[in-house]
Amino acid sequence: MPKLTIDGREIEVPAGYTILQACEYAGVEVAHFCYHERLAIAGNCRMCLIEVEKSPKPIASCAMPATDGMVVLTDSPKAVKARKGVMEFLLINHPLDCPICDQGGECDLQDQAMAYGFDRGRFEENKRAVRDKDFGPLVETHMTRCIHCTRCIRFLTEVAGVEELGATGRGEDMEITTYIERALGSELSANIIDLCPVGALTSKPYAFVARPWELVKTESVDVTDAVGSNIRVDSRGPQVLRVLPRVNEAINEEWISDKTRYAIDGLVRRRLDRPYIGRERTREAEWSEAIELVAERLKKVPGERIAAIAGDLCDAEGMFALKEFLKELGATSLDCRQDGAQLDPRCRAGYLFNTTIAGIENADACLLIGTNPRWEAPLVSARLRKRFLRGGFRIAAIGPALDLTFRVEMLGNDGNVLNALAADHPWATVLRNAKNPMIVVGQGALSRSDGARVLGTARRIAESCGLVRDDWNGFNILHYAAARVGGLDLGFVPGPGGLDVNGIVAGCRSGAIEVLYLLGADEIDTNDLGAAFVIYQGHHGDRGARHADVILPGAAYTEKDGTHVNTEGRVQLARRAVFPPGEAREDWKIVRALSGALGRPLPFEELRGLRRQMWEKYPILARADVATRAPWGAFGEAGPVDAGPFEYPIRDFYGTDPISRASQTMARCSELFVDGRHQPPARTGTDG
Amino acid sequence: MLADKDRIFTNLYGRDDWRLAGAQRRGDWDNTKELILKGRDWIADQVKESGLRGRGGAGFPTGLKWSFMPKESDRPTYLCVNADESEPGTCKDRDIIRNDPHKLIEGCLLASAGMGVHTCYIYIRGEFYNEAKRLQAAIDESYDAGLIGEDACGSGWDFELYLHRGAGAYICGEETGLLESLEGRKGQPRLKPPFPAQVGLYGCPTTVNNVETIAVVPTILRRGAAWFAGIGRPRNTGTKIYCLSGHVNTPCNVEEAMSIPLRELIERHGGGVRGGWDNLLAVIPGGSSVPVIPKSICETVLMDFDSLVAVKSGLGTAAVIVMDKSTDIVKAIARLSQFYKHESCGQCTPCREGAGWVWRVMERMVEGNASVAEIDMLLDVSYEIEGHTICALADGAMWPVQGLIRHFRPEMEQRIADYRQAAARQRQAA
Repeated sequence: MPKLTIDGREIEVPAGYTILQACEYAGVEVAHFCYHERLAIAGNCRMCLIEVEKSPKPIASCAMPATDGMVVLTDSPKAVKARKGVMEFLLINHPLDCPICDQGGECDLQDQAMAYGFDRGRFEENKRAVRDKDFGPLVETHMTRCIHCTRCIRFLTEVAGVEELGATGRGEDMEITTYIERALGSELSANIIDLCPVGALTSKPYAFVARPWELVKTESVDVTDAVGSNIRVDSRGPQVLRVLPRVNEAINEEWISDKTRYAIDGLVRRRLDRPYIGRERTREAEWSEAIELVAERLKKVPGERIAAIAGDLCDAEGMFALKEFLKELGATSLDCRQDGAQLDPRCRAGYLFNTTIAGIENADACLLIGTNPRWEAPLVSARLRKRFLRGGFRIAAIGPALDLTFRVEMLGNDGNVLNALAADHPWATVLRNAKNPMIVVGQGALSRSDGARVLGTARRIAESCGLVRDDWNGFNILHYAAARVGGLDLGFVPGPGGLDVNGIVAGCRSGAIEVLYLLGADEIDTNDLGAAFVIYQGHHGDRGARHADVILPGAAYTEKDGTHVNTEGRVQLARRAVFPPGEAREDWKIVRALSGALGRPLPFEELRGLRRQMWEKYPILARADVATRAPWGAFGEAGPVDAGPFEYPIRDFYGTDPISRASQTMARCSELFVDGRHQPPARTGTDG
Repeated sequence: MLADKDRIFTNLYGRDDWRLAGAQRRGDWDNTKELILKGRDWIADQVKESGLRGRGGAGFPTGLKWSFMPKESDRPTYLCVNADESEPGTCKDRDIIRNDPHKLIEGCLLASAGMGVHTCYIYIRGEFYNEAKRLQAAIDESYDAGLIGEDACGSGWDFELYLHRGAGAYICGEETGLLESLEGRKGQPRLKPPFPAQVGLYGCPTTVNNVETIAVVPTILRRGAAWFAGIGRPRNTGTKIYCLSGHVNTPCNVEEAMSIPLRELIERHGGGVRGGWDNLLAVIPGGSSVPVIPKSICETVLMDFDSLVAVKSGLGTAAVIVMDKSTDIVKAIARLSQFYKHESCGQCTPCREGAGWVWRVMERMVEGNASVAEIDMLLDVSYEIEGHTICALADGAMWPVQGLIRHFRPEMEQRIADYRQAAARQRQAA
């Protein structure tokens, strides 16, 4: 613990701190541009120059370790003069276009120029101009504004793991570029917009949309994957305009995926904003008529002929209300596992990412089974890479070949490999010898017909290789649907005699199911649901609504207060940023209204009442923001796994849910990155 | 005046055979095994006692630098020889490689033995194509003769030597920029600390030395530290190759004793200033990076580290650029500013943005199209750049300008006045 003096105050800081960290620890702010706590130190902006006694030159505080007895002066005339000089140099070639710059109002350079800028310029030469680059559909470039802090290069190289951005040229001709003009091929690429301290990299879809001070900021949780990234939803009036990451060390650090950030333009497209009735000739209807129609229908059908499927974006409140409602009706055919994954709801540890996302950093060996984390949970993939970069971390995968941005040993794409692992396989030895081994089972492996045996085999591997100890649980299920864990926690699964999702769909065809209630379920095959009366409650006119007899418009995740449980089993609260459009209502309210129309009202009238009951019945949901360790137990089925290949569940990262499928930005990304239909980029002169 | 018997580079002018046979005839590779067997500490001590200071420009004591290398290391350690000689005015390493390559190769072996290093890289400037070919031929010869490689010279010391050609960037001659480039990355200096002796090439302890520094090591070990230390003045010992260029009658490379008076150096070896000593305007005594000194200082100054620092200049690479009174001194320095603007790596803000700014102002100063206040601004800007960057390129870029303003400010002011007068006349005529 070195003890040093900062601006006359003696302070002890943790060992390994740099002077800049020590200053922040002491509450002294030091201006900086290139330094970022989650990226490698570059030390090139020189804005953080400070004076250290006995050192003839000012020192870049971001790069100098704090040592015992150092006397640091951040405000001495020498240090201030040095910083003012640097600011002057940054500004001489920076365009004075703040009024038309999207970064205006949240620009580091703007803010710090207030503190260190001169009130007039001494530079009388011509300013430099740099050609803009085309970084694809997400990142807009204004390279003349670039101050060459290289944060974007370091982020993509280190965190995202794609070495696509670099600097060419020397001195004042240095430019940040992709070398050969191309779109940035990373699911995390848009984070460089947040990292850019100036307006060189801005958001393309958000270009010239709003100023930061016009926006209402709502802290919420993302639902486009099961990571539950913490986000800030910026809205103006009725519309969500952008999504930014919020720091949560346990989950997303301070990154979010491009889908989280940019699927939001889907929130205003293809919306169900009023009830509709009729499958063949759909017509708009009033709420009362739609509720009446559904209630009449439900009254006539016995409980065992009613089924419900909950979708991937549902909040726990909606699922809880629907489940209580179905219980009243005597229905037991309900399921939240749209993809047919044979997850076992009996044991919570059997469907959670038990290691936790932050816990990955303590692991030293990892086996991926039928999962492509890069598309199913980009931030889990980023965490795996972070751990990989520290060294001493072996990763293997069973499944089709993968590019995960780090080295993965491919063990083959065959169920038999899994059987071998449960018996005798070199990698079983690796797991056994590792201190903190982990396995990650993906939904691709569990939605096979032998999914339950895959799960059981994975459990056997976990138990035989010592993955489950008092101080460590290395057994992980990686979900990609935000509602899945919440649904399983609520027991939104077939009750006694009930059918699961495949059974329900088959039952609709055969006529065994007469009423099917889809709560935002868009990932099932709705093309042939026989003569069943289909009720679709949700927010987008997607697959589920296409063949529905009644459409009850619900609220999307930005339009309601909702509880979501992420893949680690962490309960988080999403908050309403805007109101649902038109006549749409929050999901639990619709179910509550239905129950009233049936004359059997659910016993809650407001969200608090619902939550109190939900917490009473499922106390695990009452503990927000923590990942509680689930007790180990029996789950899955015994027996060998079938031979035959695994498949990854996501074919298009940019179109996994009704919101992203309605998003034009995501459609452009799909076209570019998934279909590989590279449109010739706008020629900017760097295309070679 | 250095006696012929005290010369180290006896084939500096290439009059003798550069190959192994010729080198051995001149005394290279003589009993190298014995020198190695005297041990690491003995070699390091001899170099330390000789007072040898780095010949690449900064003049850091070589023995001290070597002592930073870890005594024990579980990782590989490296010696990198900096042959990226790009400093304007300097061409000493080039002649060593061209005409005495075996001095360098033997030096690499002995220096490595003195630091416990088994792998050495020579990073040679890309433009030195013929020199690289010749050095590679000499390395191949040495391998074939068993002088280097496994069990070098039969001493039991394993030693591998690699030659790496750069792609031609001045900044790759900066010690950490060199390491980056050698690793295959963009040549940009690294942050220090950690210093290369802890974290250098491929993250392993590394020492980077100049060609001349390494090439004098075998002779120091053979003739003894005391001999080397006896030449020159205390703290500025030994012999040094001076590169005389510019307005002298016989431009040349010459090995001379350290601390020789500048005037003696020019008159004896350079054949005097063109048009006589009184025609001298100024001298840049140590390669383009050091401040210019006017004739008045040239009269008395000694060519060594300390006395040149005392007159606010530096020995640098000892490349003496002589300028007579026909020189447009402002234009000459402006040209250097352009060089540094072009060679700045672009990492640090002050150097990236400031070097171009200074050059543009300097270009106006050449014509006089400026105001007198801008001279002060130029000086202020130069102080804002100097010392505020990762490496010393920015310092080297600013010192010539500072030297110019320090010694030739009246000349600059005169130009501004002349320009204004001419402009006023033109206005009147129009």
